[in-house]
Amino acid sequence: MSLFSVMIWLPVAVISCLAAGWLFQQALILSVNETTAKFLRTAPLTASFGLLTIILYITFAVFAPLIAPYQQYEILAGAFEPWAYPYLLGTDNLGRDVLSRLVYGARNTVGIAFLITALAFVVGTVLGIYSALRGGLVDQLFGRFIDVLMAIPTLIFSLLMLTIFGTSVLSLVLVIATIDSTRVFRIARAVALNIVVLDYIEAAKLRGESTTYLIVREILPNAMAPLAAEFGLRFCFVFLTISSLSFLGLGLQPPLADWGSMVRDNAELISFGDVTPLIPAGCIAVLTIAVNFVVDWLLHRASGLKD
Amino acid sequence: MSKKTNTAPLLNMRNVHIKGLSDEKWVDIINGVGLDLNRGEVLGLIGESGAGKSTLGLAAMGFCRDGCKITDGAIEFDGLDLLNQNRQQMRQLRGRRIAYVAQSAAASFNPAHRLIDQFCEAPLKHAVMGRAEAENYATSLYERMNLPDPDEFGLRYPHEVSGGQLQRAMTAMALSCRPDLIIFDEPTTALDVTTQIEVLAAIRDIVKQFNTAAIYISHDLAVVAQMADTIKVLLKGDEVEQATTVKMLKSPVEDYTKSLWAVRKYARAEQQPVASLQPVIEISNVTAGYSPRQDILENVSFVIHKRRTVAVVGESGSGKSTTARVITGLLKPRIGTVRFNGTPLPAGYQDRNRDQLRHVQMIYQMADTALNPKLRIRDLIARPAAMYLGLSGKALNERVRDLLRMIEMEPDQYIDRLPSELSGGQKQRIGIARAIAAEPGFIICDEVTSALDQLVAEGILKLLDRLQSELDLSYMFITHDLATVRAIADEVVVMKDGLVVEHGPKSEMFVPPHHPYTELLLGSVPEMDPKWLDRLLESRGVDNIGDAAIARMK
Repeated sequence: MSLFSVMIWLPVAVISCLAAGWLFQQALILSVNETTAKFLRTAPLTASFGLLTIILYITFAVFAPLIAPYQQYEILAGAFEPWAYPYLLGTDNLGRDVLSRLVYGARNTVGIAFLITALAFVVGTVLGIYSALRGGLVDQLFGRFIDVLMAIPTLIFSLLMLTIFGTSVLSLVLVIATIDSTRVFRIARAVALNIVVLDYIEAAKLRGESTTYLIVREILPNAMAPLAAEFGLRFCFVFLTISSLSFLGLGLQPPLADWGSMVRDNAELISFGDVTPLIPAGCIAVLTIAVNFVVDWLLHRASGLKD
Repeated sequence: MSKKTNTAPLLNMRNVHIKGLSDEKWVDIINGVGLDLNRGEVLGLIGESGAGKSTLGLAAMGFCRDGCKITDGAIEFDGLDLLNQNRQQMRQLRGRRIAYVAQSAAASFNPAHRLIDQFCEAPLKHAVMGRAEAENYATSLYERMNLPDPDEFGLRYPHEVSGGQLQRAMTAMALSCRPDLIIFDEPTTALDVTTQIEVLAAIRDIVKQFNTAAIYISHDLAVVAQMADTIKVLLKGDEVEQATTVKMLKSPVEDYTKSLWAVRKYARAEQQPVASLQPVIEISNVTAGYSPRQDILENVSFVIHKRRTVAVVGESGSGKSTTARVITGLLKPRIGTVRFNGTPLPAGYQDRNRDQLRHVQMIYQMADTALNPKLRIRDLIARPAAMYLGLSGKALNERVRDLLRMIEMEPDQYIDRLPSELSGGQKQRIGIARAIAAEPGFIICDEVTSALDQLVAEGILKLLDRLQSELDLSYMFITHDLATVRAIADEVVVMKDGLVVEHGPKSEMFVPPHHPYTELLLGSVPEMDPKWLDRLLESRGVDNIGDAAIARMK
């Protein structure tokens, strides 16, 4: 591709993305009730494009068997077939349909990333808030233990743990969730520390409320905005971690389709000027950017800034 | 700068309209207010919060906060049209010819620099004087403001001086370029009464000596009465009336102004003592502190009887709130006990049973932080009723509606709102409803009215008074405002440095002889008489007010 065509296509792509975002936003505003519509109207075009993308990805992940023309593990033809019907994006190094694997990859990678992030958040948030609420020795114990975990570089630590516990999906989920929950713990604790000193927490304590009630009803709703924003960011990091682990061969194992390993499997095509291996990488990039657009908007709202 | 001798006013604002952006709509903040101000003249701006006092004050500098804009009108300062100056010209004016003194000096000083450096910044930047000259000038101003050790004072950091001293240092800083106009935005609101006087005295002295024009913004009439030559009353962005201070105090014309004046006169009849009965709360010989080595409270004892209101008065740091924390069980006393209806309460709230927790309720100063912003009014009030009284379903709903009616809020209108959808006074009412929902015997009111406007505060006091007689409640009323004490208390406990210095019925408390500290407190409450500050300074001397007077007592 010449520089000239890039200069033409790039603005066209950006404008059409924003236009799609705008159309999506308008459609959404028309279809929901007044309060939600008011909330949605505050979204910038980037955020609505992000929302649209996320919803598309979720659709692909949920309806993967209906959308994908073939199974993810089916060997259908020779290796590295070009882009042509019936294999619209060609085939990979083993002769599997790239398009089908891309669709299933959304389900595997995104689904597992979501599971890991959710788990990391439940554990990290509960422990973080509890730690802030109790203070003193409990806080110190939790804090120092988390410090120890955080002191080890993430990728090396997860490689180590996965080598010890094996590379099943379950151990992948547990290992990355544990490592990520340390980051969530820090944030949840920091946010909760500012909340536990407020009068309404004191009032609830004096009322004789249980710790569970304090965490769930009094603190968590007020810590939601920064945590939700962090969820979006964490999700991206987890997603990238899985992909890079897969690329190294320790993530999702074949024959499960995964965007990270798809890049690795087809990497040699790059030297022949074929862009196929870049498509899964592009999928990762687009989702990361989309999530960040939405997170930016939520953060902006949470911080109460008015331009 | 040559003094101009023309008769045109220094500051002339005409028909100023200011709009603010709120929830994506432009709403009116100021609807056409004008004012004239001559050199050496002080104008007092009075009004409730939200009346537009500060906005108007800032507009006098040609400044608007973010999200505000001046849509109409003219602002002229010494012949310059402030609305049509470019940035460069405005910078020449601000700080040099027009200065601003903010409400919270503690928040306005940069904590990382010494006071003298912050003082010298403006004169150096505007090239009014050199560093050495500016430092000398600072010292002379510090001296004139009765700050301790003027030569060394500027070398301190903001956290090393007291609140009252910091506010005076800020006034000195505003004077650093010898401005023609100073805007004081509630400079004493955050201070104790005794500290307030020294700031007031300093400001007035300075304004007179330098023949500076000033706009003094406050919600406290008595304070403005001491400071201003003319008073302007604002209400929701409209001017209500303007007159000279003497005339305004003697014969206000508008109903709104009269109602503001009348608030200070509210007082309920003193309840008859019921000393023969068992006291509801009995605090005996409590000594407590936050660290084992240092006690905040020393041997504090007093009792509160049924249907009585005991006001606990004192400066910040005197141990009022710590006493409340001991009673609620948030702080375990080192020595001493708290009894409720004769039975000792366990020291920590964790060890108290549900009934004991139920009977001691608390209403907080800041209603904003006392109510969980994510819970609806319904849930906020229902929780204690459900927990302590076991109500649920329809009965609970009915109870919540009853409680809302008791605090004079229409259930249908408010029950599903969030705290952010209420005004300050309404939030405080919800705080009260939450306390009485537990059906307690005793309520601690911690500065419940000090964050509220006078009219709203009066409503809250009346409500508390009514609830007391309806529900047989006892109150411990923590406050530093003696006007509130006069309005609602039956008995008064005066605290200083963790000790009870005086204790007795209200009627005796306001009649001499007093403990010297009580005397100082009482004497420091501004009165509506514009001559009050003069008389006070005359009788006590400039060196015997505020911190100095307290230090002398030790």
